[in-house]
Amino acid sequence: MAPDPTPVFRAKGLTKVYRSGAQEVHALRGVDFTARQGEFIVILGPSGSGKSTFLNIVGGLDTASAGQAWFGQDELTAMDERGLTRYRRNHVGFVFQFYNLVPSLTARENVALVTEIAPRPMPVEKALALVGLSERADHFPAQLSGGEQQRVAIARAIAKNPEVLLCDEPTGALDSATGIRVLEALTEVNRSVGATTLVITHNAAIREIADRVLRFADGRIVEETVNTLRKAPSEVSW
Amino acid sequence: MAPLRRKVLRDLVRLWAQALAIALVLAAGVATLVLGNGAASSLTDTRERYYETYRFADVFADVKRAPLALMAEIRGIDGVLSAAARIVKLGLLDLPDMAEPGTIMLVSLPEGGSGALNRLHLKAGRMPDPQSLHEVVVSEGFAAAHRLRPGAALGVVMNGQRRDLVITGIALSPEFIYALGPGEMMPDPRRFGIAWLPRASLAAAYDLEGAFSNVVLKLAPGASADRVIDKLDHMLAPYGGAGATGRADQVSHAFLDAELKQLDAMVKVLPPIFLLIAAMLVNMTLSRLVTLEREQIGLLKAIGYSSRAIGQHYVEFVLAIAILGIGLGSLVGAWLGAGLAGLYARFFSFPFLVFTRDPQIYVIAALITAGAAVTGALWSVRTIAALPPAVAMAPPAPPVYRARLRSIRHLLALRQTGVMVARHLFRWPMRTVSGVFGVAMSVAVLVASLWSFGSIDHMIDVTFSRSERHDAMVVFGTAEPMRAVYDAARLPGVMQAETFRSIPARISHKALSRRVSVMGRPETPQLSRVLAPDLRPMAMPEAGLLLSEALAETLRARPGDRVTVEFLDGARRSVSLPVSGISLGYVGLGAAMELSALNRVAGEGPVISGVTLMLDETQKAAFYAAAKAAPGTGFVTVTALTVARFRETLAENITIMITVFVGLASIIAIGVVYNFARIALSEQGRELASLRVLGFTRAEVSGIVLRELAAIVLLAQPLGWLIGYGIAVGMVAAFSSDLYRVPFVIGREVYATASLVVCAAALASALSIRGRINNLDMIEVLKTRE
Repeated sequence: MAPDPTPVFRAKGLTKVYRSGAQEVHALRGVDFTARQGEFIVILGPSGSGKSTFLNIVGGLDTASAGQAWFGQDELTAMDERGLTRYRRNHVGFVFQFYNLVPSLTARENVALVTEIAPRPMPVEKALALVGLSERADHFPAQLSGGEQQRVAIARAIAKNPEVLLCDEPTGALDSATGIRVLEALTEVNRSVGATTLVITHNAAIREIADRVLRFADGRIVEETVNTLRKAPSEVSW
Repeated sequence: MAPLRRKVLRDLVRLWAQALAIALVLAAGVATLVLGNGAASSLTDTRERYYETYRFADVFADVKRAPLALMAEIRGIDGVLSAAARIVKLGLLDLPDMAEPGTIMLVSLPEGGSGALNRLHLKAGRMPDPQSLHEVVVSEGFAAAHRLRPGAALGVVMNGQRRDLVITGIALSPEFIYALGPGEMMPDPRRFGIAWLPRASLAAAYDLEGAFSNVVLKLAPGASADRVIDKLDHMLAPYGGAGATGRADQVSHAFLDAELKQLDAMVKVLPPIFLLIAAMLVNMTLSRLVTLEREQIGLLKAIGYSSRAIGQHYVEFVLAIAILGIGLGSLVGAWLGAGLAGLYARFFSFPFLVFTRDPQIYVIAALITAGAAVTGALWSVRTIAALPPAVAMAPPAPPVYRARLRSIRHLLALRQTGVMVARHLFRWPMRTVSGVFGVAMSVAVLVASLWSFGSIDHMIDVTFSRSERHDAMVVFGTAEPMRAVYDAARLPGVMQAETFRSIPARISHKALSRRVSVMGRPETPQLSRVLAPDLRPMAMPEAGLLLSEALAETLRARPGDRVTVEFLDGARRSVSLPVSGISLGYVGLGAAMELSALNRVAGEGPVISGVTLMLDETQKAAFYAAAKAAPGTGFVTVTALTVARFRETLAENITIMITVFVGLASIIAIGVVYNFARIALSEQGRELASLRVLGFTRAEVSGIVLRELAAIVLLAQPLGWLIGYGIAVGMVAAFSSDLYRVPFVIGREVYATASLVVCAAALASALSIRGRINNLDMIEVLKTRE
């Protein structure tokens, strides 16, 4: 971790209201948040607590109804669609519960998809090696197991050398053993690339591998815990 | 309402754009089917009823001068039901509103009341008094072109004498439904009309008292026209019979036949294309729908719906689209049919037009169309039947992609998005092929329709700037001595004059024969040239005949073969002549040889039938007046007017034709591309949204779908050109008749125009889904498994 950690993310009074018909759903109710460079943060919370909405806004996938969010010096909440696309393209790596790989591209090609458009990518082989999938580089997603697919997704996310890595339920569709392999890949990447990593999970056991744990409930951060001692993924079990 | 039926309606609402795109293609099939069959039966029925009601003759013969007494003998020919002796002559128009030369066909009025042949349909006024020498009934088109009404005066030069006639009535005749003037290419009611006069009046003018110059016969049902024609020719020969013809060679009838032939070709070509493509689209779209609704199908089966009931549900969905297509197509077909009837009314003179509203045509069109749509659905429905419920409810196995074509990939330097496009196209090869084929047919429809305009231009260019290079032609009433050319050359404005001879003859080769006019021309004609197929002017042979391609093909004669030429005029010799060459000719059947050689073999002295002339543009008016007044003049044609009329007629139709064909082709292109795009988007929506999340711009993501469509559309172009070329070749064969043959000239501009139109339609169609790509829900896609 950097000696003088500068905030990568700042959010102030972040609010999101969805309107469906006459009903208003408050997904976020004024979230304040800061993340330092290289931090590994786990976000917990029940369904509908606003954690995904929060991740989507700081990931540039969604816009806030009120409040502000900054990525470094850039205000995300002031960006238009084009600006958000550029932000995602150049700075953010995403990992999703269902991997979202392109089925018609091999593992290598799925990673290359991103390196082709990123300004300072790492070699595709290196990204696959980081997740331990060099051997399976020429397989299509359909020929890979769920855990392998997720590791391809992580390789794809980090191959652009992102400043932030956002993971929404990365182990949600995986069994325990495979999940641990995936988490190992994430922590390894966090360490070697130095990307600030936000991981959403339902799985409270994962909290122990984080620097910091945020608990969401009802659109707010209701609890914040700092782990003085991070466990390795292999030490946690669920 | 049963829940599944409600689902049909909701699916239709949800997929309205795709359903509409398919319905439009079906509608185009129905419309062309209804239009083609409707117009064909309308034209046939109208003609039949007209012929029957007005007793149109079956056999026609011209003769120089035959005594009326011969009629008893003619009526005695076995198979002749009735016969009418007539006087038919050409006169020259002398109208104050027309400086240019015009011709009027003078026909003696049908005699014998309701038993008469080729009876007139009186539109206005009354019939002339049989005793009157100056009363006349004129054809409707001609009267309309000159705004002549009963009571108006009509100046006509008959047999060299100017006569002032009075119009008593306006009429139509089954004999002149398509009224083509002598030496013309298109009917021009301004410069050609028909006038019916009492027989006595014409007999007096042409010195034919007690005689006739034309005979028409009505045959008993089942009688052999050929045998009657033989006997009639035999009887008329001593009196200068020029050879009898059946209906098939009667100008007006033959042109209607040609029109019917074209309609028939249209009905055979267009509707099958549309129906095939619609079936393909139904198949494509329904396959995707079934894939998307796989779990629902499994669920329905699990709760006890039979495969049959579920299959029926999807068939109903397709039938609903078919019904929409049939409804739209029938309306448009009926509407276009009325438009076509309007065109017919302009071209053909009918007293009435039976526009068939025969429900049978619609029923057949509906059945064929529904059949095509359901056939397209069958594959998907079979998939449904074969799907066990447990399998159906589980998510489908992921599509298997294969890494292949690495070399192509390197060749095209494809990026990963390009690889996605290529693999997706290869993953569903049948669909890709269907898409390519569909767009190709859209190109083909345009190529197969647009070529004709260039070909007609080529035909005009070859005919009038290379072959018939004269400005005017004077055809004498009867053959004149050679020196008549000097009189013609002295007419005001004449810069150059060239003689020609024309003798009617029957040319036979083996069992085949045709009645044509053998043309005699100077050895190396300048103004009226005969061209070789390679467009080089040909010298007139001394001892043989040049046959036009059409005639040579009809007679199956080749250079070196000997043909029998039986002259039907003068000494009526029958000679055997070698075919010394084949010439180009688009209009009619032609045979030509050197002028004096022709006169010699025909046993005639040095006579000519007319002259072709080069004129001084500034003295046209003086020439017209003098030519009209010259005693020997039978009729005069002016090339510029013929060409202008031809182009004018084409221009009237070309816009309509192009609009219709561009519309039809666009419907195919839009239908295919839109459905293809929607299916591609439906299959890859998730991937595309994921790419947006990864930071791909909207343009980059829509580029993936657009490139897939572009690949389809581009691959389709050469195939479309090829298929269009093939259809065009077939149409050339289908359109060619003894009357004309259209040259097959297809320039690069035809392919370019076809491709541009199709690409524009495809682009519009593709861009219409860009909004959907731009609004892909990035968040939704992350939260759901496919």
